Amino acid sequence: MSEWLENHLPKVVLAPSFIAVLIFVYGFIGWTAWVSLTRSKLLPKYEIKGFIQYERLFDSPRWDTAINNLYIFGALFIVIAMVLGLLLAILLDQKIRVEGAIRTIYLYPMALSMIVTGTAWKWILNPGLGIESMVQGWGFANFEFDWLVNPDYAIYTIVMAAIWQSSGFVMALFLAGLRSVDGEIIKAAQVDGIPTWRIYTAIIIPSMAPIFLSAFIVLAHLAIKSFDLVIALTGGGPGYATDLPATYMYAMAFSRGDIGQAASSAMIMMLVVFAIVVPYLYSELRAKND
Amino acid sequence: MKRFAFVTVSTFAIAAGSSVVAEPQAEVLHWWTSGGEAKSVAVLQEEFASNGGTWTDMPVAGGGGDAAMTALRARVLAGNAPTAVQLKGPAIQEWYEEGVLADISAVAEAEGWADVLPASIAGHMKCEGTWCAAPVNVHRVDWIWANADVLAANGIEMPSTWDEFNAAAEKLQAAGVIPLAHGGQAWQDATVFEAVVLGVGGPEFYQKALVDLDPEALTSDTMVQAFDQMRTLRGYVDENFSGRDWNLATAMVMNGEAAFQIMGDWAKGEFLAAGKKPGEDFLCASTPGDGYLYNVDSFAMFDVEGDDKKAGQDLLAKLIVAPNFQKVFNLNKGSIPARTDVGLEDFDICANLSAEDMGSTSAAGSLLPSYAHGMALRGSQSGAITDVVTAHFNSDMSSADAVQQLADAVANSY
Repeated sequence: MSEWLENHLPKVVLAPSFIAVLIFVYGFIGWTAWVSLTRSKLLPKYEIKGFIQYERLFDSPRWDTAINNLYIFGALFIVIAMVLGLLLAILLDQKIRVEGAIRTIYLYPMALSMIVTGTAWKWILNPGLGIESMVQGWGFANFEFDWLVNPDYAIYTIVMAAIWQSSGFVMALFLAGLRSVDGEIIKAAQVDGIPTWRIYTAIIIPSMAPIFLSAFIVLAHLAIKSFDLVIALTGGGPGYATDLPATYMYAMAFSRGDIGQAASSAMIMMLVVFAIVVPYLYSELRAKND
Repeated sequence: MKRFAFVTVSTFAIAAGSSVVAEPQAEVLHWWTSGGEAKSVAVLQEEFASNGGTWTDMPVAGGGGDAAMTALRARVLAGNAPTAVQLKGPAIQEWYEEGVLADISAVAEAEGWADVLPASIAGHMKCEGTWCAAPVNVHRVDWIWANADVLAANGIEMPSTWDEFNAAAEKLQAAGVIPLAHGGQAWQDATVFEAVVLGVGGPEFYQKALVDLDPEALTSDTMVQAFDQMRTLRGYVDENFSGRDWNLATAMVMNGEAAFQIMGDWAKGEFLAAGKKPGEDFLCASTPGDGYLYNVDSFAMFDVEGDDKKAGQDLLAKLIVAPNFQKVFNLNKGSIPARTDVGLEDFDICANLSAEDMGSTSAAGSLLPSYAHGMALRGSQSGAITDVVTAHFNSDMSSADAVQQLADAVANSY
């Protein structure tokens, strides 16, 4: 008995959470997939009607906007946050004074919720209250900075706020990576008279590849599930110019009583996540098996 | 043993007796949680209690009712629906089709609702011929509000056609006043749009386009003209309008920063709360053109188990439509009573104008449901239209493109 227990204890302990995950994650993914194939409106219905909801989804100009915004937002947010984070980390790594204090300052935006970030940036970017009116108040009457209310540029304000929020966190990740690079190699390179920028580009950064991957995965899922920032900063506006798939899904499910449509958009969002995560998992697993 | 039997029988008798006069119970789901609205709903609560009922309040704030609808969905799926739910327009029929609404025809007939409610409003309260909801109030949506001093200073009358409005707006703009106070939120764009469609196309066109969703009307030249007028209005709005709340836009009219606002009569509540007087400080008129767009709040009655709950439901329905509540509630809320036989002496001139127009348009057949406020269409259809309207208003889309997109969006929304 005790031997059996010893052998099976890990499985017994893990079983409840395994079952919970099975039902509440995979079960409900399956449920959503099912509902996305039905004509569900106000309440879910279970009669399968084919891919009509997906056809409606891809015919919808609003969904087009949402997906395009996801590409713009995702690409810019991930790339700029990583570049900025890396730059900050390298600068902080120069054995400067009060590093601890500066690191904390850069990391602090992460402690704010997206709602706070969004509201603060909404005020900063509002042409009548924020930067534009301040600079105009200084006497530059022609100064214009109306991105927040301009449907063509509003999505970039979301990128800005998201980068402000997250680049400190990326910096912390990279800083840890920089510190983990073997100091001996760097010293050897310095002895060989290799310039500092070459040391970074040829030795340190390549050896941090796993950190890049982690940072990418964290930022990518932040981008895809991004919802609260949009709601607080632009409310999806002007018009629906800053809609993201998550806000589209919310509008369909909770404001319009169109559950089938919401479920199909949720499935597409999940596929996008899969497209990013599956190659990552694959490469991780392969690395372990080698 | 005999004695025991006697006790049991008498207990049953008492129980049976009390179930005949079961204490009315009602659980009411609503989202009237802000100042004036909460006060209004408290009136009903008191009246219900003074008639011996027990009221269980279930206010769910947030998202203009979205949160409440989510709560309702959960309750209905769990088989435990509230007694009455604040619902309106086609949403009532949508829930009826899910088979969860109760029949309150007995109360409605005893109280003679059919005689006191305007026919088109009564239509919303019926589900396939039986009464299933009770109307609380009538908000008029197609109002135009104006700052009296600003108009006087610029020598402008309340406009009665859209051309007059445009001329007035040009004049105001030249004088450095923002002609139209507007908040760039989708529902506000839609509110202006439906007033424009009604004004440009007339009541019959409105009915065809935004109620019947006739594809011919949706792609007609009249609809192009309506979008043209929207584009013109866009020029009269200040550049900082995106995302502004409606009450901030009302405040702009109040303090003379802007001249006009197109908004339902809840805007009146803002003026009154700031101590402004209708007819003196601010003016109210229907938006240019004929017709009347209504937004009727109502309580839909859900199927409940138990005599006490059913009694509560009947009592609630009776009280909601009774003249006393209709009057007190609407004085608080800024709307007008849904029943036409309530004296309006205590109401202000805007409310009186609204009631008068409701009577005349009801007779003329131009008393129409507001699409922007969920009275005319189901959520997915009205949402699809609003998407196009707000995309057009907030970009440089041409009217012809907008009309095409409108037809596509409506076709795609079923």
